[in-house]
Amino acid sequence: MLEALEGSAAIARAVARCRPGVVAAYPITPQTHIVENISKLVADGKLQTELVSVESEFSAASVALGASAAGSRAYTASSSQGILLMTEVLFNISGMRLPVVLTCANRAIGAPINIWNDHSDSMAVRDCGWIQLHCADNQEAIDTSIQAFRIAEATELPVMVCMDGFILTHTLEPLEIPDQDVVDRYLPPFRFDRMLDPKNPLSLGTLVGPEYFSETRHLAHQALMAATSTIVDTDREWQTLTGRSAGGLLTVEGPENAKIGVLAMGSVVSTFREALDTLKTRKKAKLINLRAFRPLPDQALREACAGLSDLVVVDRALSPGFGGILGGEIKAALSGMAKMPRIHNVAIGLGGRDVPLEMWPRLLDVPTEDGGFRILDLEPAKLGEVP
Amino acid sequence: MTQANNDPRARQPRFRGLEAGHRACQGCGEALAARLVTESAGPDVILTNATGCLEVFTTPWPQSAWRVPWLHSLFENSAAIASGVEAALKAQGRRSKVIAMGGDGGTFDIGFQALSGMLERMHNVLYVCYDNEAYMNTGIQRSGSTPHAAMTTTSPPGKERMGKRHLKKDLLSIIAAHHIPYAASASVAYPQDLRRKVRRAMEIDGPTFLLVHSPCPLGWGHDGSETIQVARLAVQTGLFPLVELERGEVASVMPLRQKVPVTEYLKLQGRFRHLFVDSDHRAREEREHLQALADYNMERYGLFGDGDDPFDADGADTVRRGGPARA
Repeated sequence: MLEALEGSAAIARAVARCRPGVVAAYPITPQTHIVENISKLVADGKLQTELVSVESEFSAASVALGASAAGSRAYTASSSQGILLMTEVLFNISGMRLPVVLTCANRAIGAPINIWNDHSDSMAVRDCGWIQLHCADNQEAIDTSIQAFRIAEATELPVMVCMDGFILTHTLEPLEIPDQDVVDRYLPPFRFDRMLDPKNPLSLGTLVGPEYFSETRHLAHQALMAATSTIVDTDREWQTLTGRSAGGLLTVEGPENAKIGVLAMGSVVSTFREALDTLKTRKKAKLINLRAFRPLPDQALREACAGLSDLVVVDRALSPGFGGILGGEIKAALSGMAKMPRIHNVAIGLGGRDVPLEMWPRLLDVPTEDGGFRILDLEPAKLGEVP
Repeated sequence: MTQANNDPRARQPRFRGLEAGHRACQGCGEALAARLVTESAGPDVILTNATGCLEVFTTPWPQSAWRVPWLHSLFENSAAIASGVEAALKAQGRRSKVIAMGGDGGTFDIGFQALSGMLERMHNVLYVCYDNEAYMNTGIQRSGSTPHAAMTTTSPPGKERMGKRHLKKDLLSIIAAHHIPYAASASVAYPQDLRRKVRRAMEIDGPTFLLVHSPCPLGWGHDGSETIQVARLAVQTGLFPLVELERGEVASVMPLRQKVPVTEYLKLQGRFRHLFVDSDHRAREEREHLQALADYNMERYGLFGDGDDPFDADGADTVRRGGPARA
């Protein structure tokens, strides 16, 4: 049944359906509505969980780590500076192979301080060993949040569900929260073999020296790579159960014979889907929605890009001194392809700058323009005015 | 041997949470303190451990010296992961006690915020700080707990400095300000007192805190065989008073029998060597300053009590062992 819900409220309800044992969170815009809604569900007796309202994001992630190690399904959420404050713990959670789920309500990183949406935060922690899934709309975010627990517990890897701050978290739209019995069928109770238990005392988080460290890193990489098939399988199973896919590793939309492709992540994909449906453009183009950023599915990416002459990679963050982060990654993933498309990399929508429908035809012109990476919606006249 | 076997105390099976064979230095106060704490706490516990010597010398993969479940994550989050473990136990209806452990760096300094949050949220966790008064794991750097005038590698004495310029942070008072049910200081020199305080904390449903003075022979510059003597003098001089606090109020203190000058304590340790250079007038001033700090503790906690007490800092250990208070 569809209900009109704000994205954050919907995520809170979806997380509640997953019966987390412990939820720890700290307020930060634009994530705050998620933790507020969870708090209200707890206060109203609609969610039985240990809600730990911590004194920092650092402790939010640490509480989730401890709870997971003690055998409880653990959830937290944050954004931007909060994700950065958690960073040390994020690496630790994945290094200890703890299946924590985190919602990242994507937001820019200061300075200058900016509360609006881009992908600087999740990109800054791309190497922390978490599975990272990006959502194009709120229904995908609901379904991905539920799938995240299933993926995390099957792989013993933490999962970060990325949804664009404000654009998704604060938007009211008709959404379906799956019934409790559907979620219960999909997501069995959490059982953790390495759980902290006086009856079976284990030491977790021990010191590993040079003689074993490379092996631990190898296994972490293997685990992430192997998660690719888990992501596909869990989404397929969800589709069987609910009739909805949340996008697998990636989706390809638009005319099959198109020679131009546009690859993007997050809510701009919804904008471009709308443009594909409604705007008449001279050039035909495919839209590639990359849902799985970690593990980066290079095989699926090559298949999706086969037959393209040009691929425009849309970044929502950049690495100063290098350029687009996603662009660099896609180039690496496609290099060595038999007929590798020419890759053009632009950043748009930084710090909440609006990405309108008209951006779609603008992107399709990028392959005919000169130049490497650039911020496409830059307004050069303003350069003298900024702080 | 026969005599020992006839002694009922020797036959009593003793639970060891921290097993022998770990890699601590000889005379390590922290290793002794951790053994005493886990021995008194018993097997139904889950430990969390901040990064530091204790974590390093007990768990070099693939070995571990712990016989109880043990979780280490980072330097500054022992209290926060303990909060998470405790929340999970509550969610699952399990009743094991959670004990968070850290050194003074992980407690006074970098983990202080997480500790304060844990206490404020009233998690049912006993937090134990093994206080050896500097960052020993990284090679003896000053911490918020390092005593005034002590030499460390980042507070060396010289023409312009006489060791650490600042005071040892009064952590126990800050803990007390959280109005938690129970907080206490203890010392490895008084194991019976330490055991009693651990058991007391274990019985309380709520946050409790134990500050255990644990000499570090390497960092303090004394022989490993002198650990207990040095720790005992810290108590007897008044520099490290042993007190118990309930809901923020002083509930009891271990009284001192006689006034022992702080120099008796200081002169045993290399970290205070620069305070005994006769030609340096600053040395005398700093010794006087440290004596004044000890005098302040005596006054503040009333360390001389009201008359004879067999459990005072001279007698507590022997009395509890079954021997006489006075020879």
